[in-house]
Amino acid sequence: MPEIAHQPRLAIENLQAWYGESHVLHGIDLEVHDGEVVTLLGRNGAGRTTTLKSILGLVGKRSGSIRLDGQEVIAEPTHRIAHIGALGYCPEERGIYARLSVDENLRLPPQLTAQGMSADEIYTMFPNLAERRRSLGGQLSGGEQQMLAIGRILRTGARLLLLDEITEGLAPVIVQALGKTIRDLKARGLTIVLVEQNFHFAEGLADRHYVIEHGRVAEVFQAEDIATGRDRLNAYLSV
Amino acid sequence: MPSLNMVLAQAMLGLNVGIFYAMLSLGLAVIFGLLGVINFAHGAFYMLGAFLALIGYSYLSVWLGIDGFGFGFWAALIIVPIVVAIIGMIIERLLLRRLYGQDPIYGLLLTFGVALIMQGLFTNYFSVAGTPYPGKPESLGGAINLGFMYFPTYRLFSIVLSIVVCLATWFVIERTRLGSTLRAGVENPQLTQAFGINVPRMITLTFGFGVGLAGLAGVLAAPIYSVSPLMGADLIVVVFAVVVIGGMGSIMGAIVTGLALGLIQGLTKVVYPPAANTVIFFIMVAVLLIRPAGLFGKHEKG
Amino acid sequence: MMNRLLWIALIFIGIAAPWLVYPVLAMKLACFALFACAFNLLLGYTGLLSFGHAAFFGGAAYITAYVIKVWELSPIAGIVLGTLFAGVLGAAFGALAIRRHGIYFAMVTLALAQIIYFLALQLPFTGGENGLQGVPRGTALGVINLDDPIQMYFFVFAIFLLGFAAIWRVVNSPFGKVLTAIRENEDRARSLGYAVERYKLIAFTLSAALAGTAGATKTLVFQFASLTDVHWQMSGAVILMTLLGGMGTLFGPVIGAIIVVALQTQLSGMGSWVEVCIGAIFVVCVLVFRQGVIGELGRWFGQSRSRKRKQAAGE
Repeated sequence: MPEIAHQPRLAIENLQAWYGESHVLHGIDLEVHDGEVVTLLGRNGAGRTTTLKSILGLVGKRSGSIRLDGQEVIAEPTHRIAHIGALGYCPEERGIYARLSVDENLRLPPQLTAQGMSADEIYTMFPNLAERRRSLGGQLSGGEQQMLAIGRILRTGARLLLLDEITEGLAPVIVQALGKTIRDLKARGLTIVLVEQNFHFAEGLADRHYVIEHGRVAEVFQAEDIATGRDRLNAYLSV
Repeated sequence: MPSLNMVLAQAMLGLNVGIFYAMLSLGLAVIFGLLGVINFAHGAFYMLGAFLALIGYSYLSVWLGIDGFGFGFWAALIIVPIVVAIIGMIIERLLLRRLYGQDPIYGLLLTFGVALIMQGLFTNYFSVAGTPYPGKPESLGGAINLGFMYFPTYRLFSIVLSIVVCLATWFVIERTRLGSTLRAGVENPQLTQAFGINVPRMITLTFGFGVGLAGLAGVLAAPIYSVSPLMGADLIVVVFAVVVIGGMGSIMGAIVTGLALGLIQGLTKVVYPPAANTVIFFIMVAVLLIRPAGLFGKHEKG
Repeated sequence: MMNRLLWIALIFIGIAAPWLVYPVLAMKLACFALFACAFNLLLGYTGLLSFGHAAFFGGAAYITAYVIKVWELSPIAGIVLGTLFAGVLGAAFGALAIRRHGIYFAMVTLALAQIIYFLALQLPFTGGENGLQGVPRGTALGVINLDDPIQMYFFVFAIFLLGFAAIWRVVNSPFGKVLTAIRENEDRARSLGYAVERYKLIAFTLSAALAGTAGATKTLVFQFASLTDVHWQMSGAVILMTLLGGMGTLFGPVIGAIIVVALQTQLSGMGSWVEVCIGAIFVVCVLVFRQGVIGELGRWFGQSRSRKRKQAAGE
C-alpha cells in the first residue's frame, strides 16, 4: 500500500522576526518530522530562543511561514497555537509560577491530547516534586523547577516539545536524569526541539542539529556526520 | 463621654460602610491584578448598579409603557450585576483593550473619562440630591435587637451577604483551579497564553466580574443610601485610599483593609466627628511614611 | 520656527484678548492657562501624573480670598501668600506622594487633595458650601485699578506671562533637561548619578506654587473662592487641558485651557452634558489623540518640512 507522505510536525520557512526595531531572525528554515529530536545550537544571541518563541507567537513582529502538521500558524493568536500543534513549551527561565503551588503549576496547562500522563504518574516520575507538592513554585530549587516545567507539559499530552536550555545551571546528576527522561520521551514517540548550549548533552539524543548564527541556519548536521564535522561544529560554537 | 452602646452602634454602622469599601476595593484589586488598570470608573459602575435597581423597580414599566414590567430587589441582586458586567465587558473590549502594555496612567485617564460620561448622563435625568429606592423587601424591614442597639435588619443582611460574596471571591481566586488560572495570568500572561489558555478572554471576563461586584454593591446600597449620580464619585476616592493602604497584591488584604477602615471611620464619628471624613486619608499618609508598599503589599513596584 | 510663531501669537492674542471676548472670560482663560502650564511642568516634562492639583489651585484661592477679604491685604500680597501656601503644601504633598510610583503616585495625590477638599468644606473660616465671597479687588501697586476690567485683565495677563516665562526658563535650563531625562527613563537618570527624588520634589513644588498663583489670581478675577476650586473634578479638568493641548509642549496647555474653558462656557446651559462631553474628549484623547493639539501640529509641521527638504534634495 503506498505510503501517504506525512506533513512534518513543524515546518519553518524563511522566518524573520523583530524585537521592536531590532531585526533578530533573518530567515530561519527548518523541518521536524514526527518522532524526531532536533537541536538548535549556536552562540548566545544567535536567535535560538527567538525561534522557539516565534513558533508560539511570543515575538513582536514576524514574517514567513510556520506550519504545524501542515497548518499555517504565523497569524494565529498565541493561545490557539498550543492546541493546534499539541505544543509543550519549557521556556529558558523555566517559567514556574512563583505564587502558585507545585500542584497548581502542574495542573495549570490545559489538556491538549488524550495521551497526557496523569498527575500521579508525573509525581511517580519525579518523587521530589511529590514531596513538595504544596510548596509554592518560588520555593523550589532550580532542578526541581526544571522537573516541574517538564512534568507539567507532559501532563497535557503535548506531542511536540519545545525545550529551551533545560540543563542550564543544573548539577551533573540532574542533567543525567534529564537526559534519561528525554530518551524515554523519544522512545514514546514524542517530537522534540531542543535549544541546548551543552552539546555533550544534546549529542547522544538528537537526530539532527541545526547551527543557528546571526538569525539564520548556518549549517545542518545529521547525527552520523558529527564525528567528521566536529571541528567545524566547534568553530561555530566557540566564543 | 460616649457610651459603650454608642461606640458599638457606630462600629456596626462603620462595618456596614466598611463592607462596601471591601467589595469595591476587592473588585478594583482583581481588575488591577490582571489588567494593570486602575478603574476610575469603578465608582460609576457602583452607581450604575444602584440606578439599574431603581430603574427596574420604579421606572422600567413607566418607560416601556408595560404595566407591572420591572423587577424587585431580589431579582435585582441577580440581574443587575450581570447587566453591569456586560456593560463593563463591552467597554473593556472596545476601549480598554487598546491600552494593554502601555503606561497604566492611560488606563486611569480613560476610565476617568468613562466615569465622567456615566456620571454626566445620569445627572441629566436624575436628581443629584438623591432618589430613594422604594424596593426594600418587607421581609428585611424592621430591626434586630443586637443587645446594644436595634440594628436595621436590611443592613445586617447587606453586611452578611457582602461578607459571603467577598469570602467566596477570595476562595475562588486562591483555592480553585479557575483561580489558579487567573493568578497565573496575572503573574505571567505570555507564558500562560503559550500553554493554550485564552488570556484575552479571561481578562474581559475578569473585568466584567470586577465591575459586576461593584454593581452588586450598588444594589445593596440602594435601600440604605438614596440613589444619586454622585454616589460613586464620593466613594471611589476613599476606595483608592483603602487600596493604597492595603496594597493591591492581596485579595484578603483588600477585604480586611476595607472592613477595618470602615470600622475606624465609624469609631471616629463617635470620638471626633469632624475628622470622620478625612481619617482614612490621614491613615494613608501614615502608612506611606511607615510602610510605603502598603500593609499587605507584596512585590509590587509601588 | 513653530515656537517663535506661537510666542508671537500668544503675545498678540493676549494683548488683543479683552477686545475679542468679554474681559472676564479673557481673565479666566489666562488663569486656567497658567494652571495648565504649571501642571504640565509636572506631567509633560517630569512624567508625573498628579490627580490632586486642585488642592494647590483651590487651596491658594481660599487663602488669597481670606487674607484679602479678612486681613485686608493688598492684591499682590494676597497672591504672593496664596502662592507660598501652595508651594509649601506642594512640598509636603510631594514629599509624601513621591514615595510611591506611577499609578500609586496619582492615587496618593488624589487622596491628599481630598483632605484639602474636606478641610475647605468643614473649617470655620472657609464658608462651607458657600465658599468665601465678596473678595474686593482693590488696587495693585497703588496705581492699577483692578476694578476696571481692562486694567484687571492686563494685570492678570502680566501674571500669566511671568509664570509662563518662568516655566519656559525652567524647561530650557539644565534642571529642566534632567526632568525630561527622568520622564524618559527614571532608572537611567538615577544610574547617571542624579538625585531623582530631589528633582521630582522640586518640580512638584514649583508646579504646585504656580498652580497656586493661578488659583489666587482667579480669586481676584471672580472675587470668590468655592468648593469647586478644590474638587477633584478641577484636578481632572486641568489634566484634560494638558492632555488635549499637548503634554510636554510649552504652548499645548494654553491651547488646551482655552478649548476646555470655551467648551464649558458654551455648553454651560446644557447642564451635565458638559461633563459627558469632557469625559468623551478624555476617552478620545487617550485613545487616538495623545499628542494633543500642539503635539499633532508639531508633527505635521515637522513632516511637511522634511517633505519639503526631501523635495529640495531630490531636485
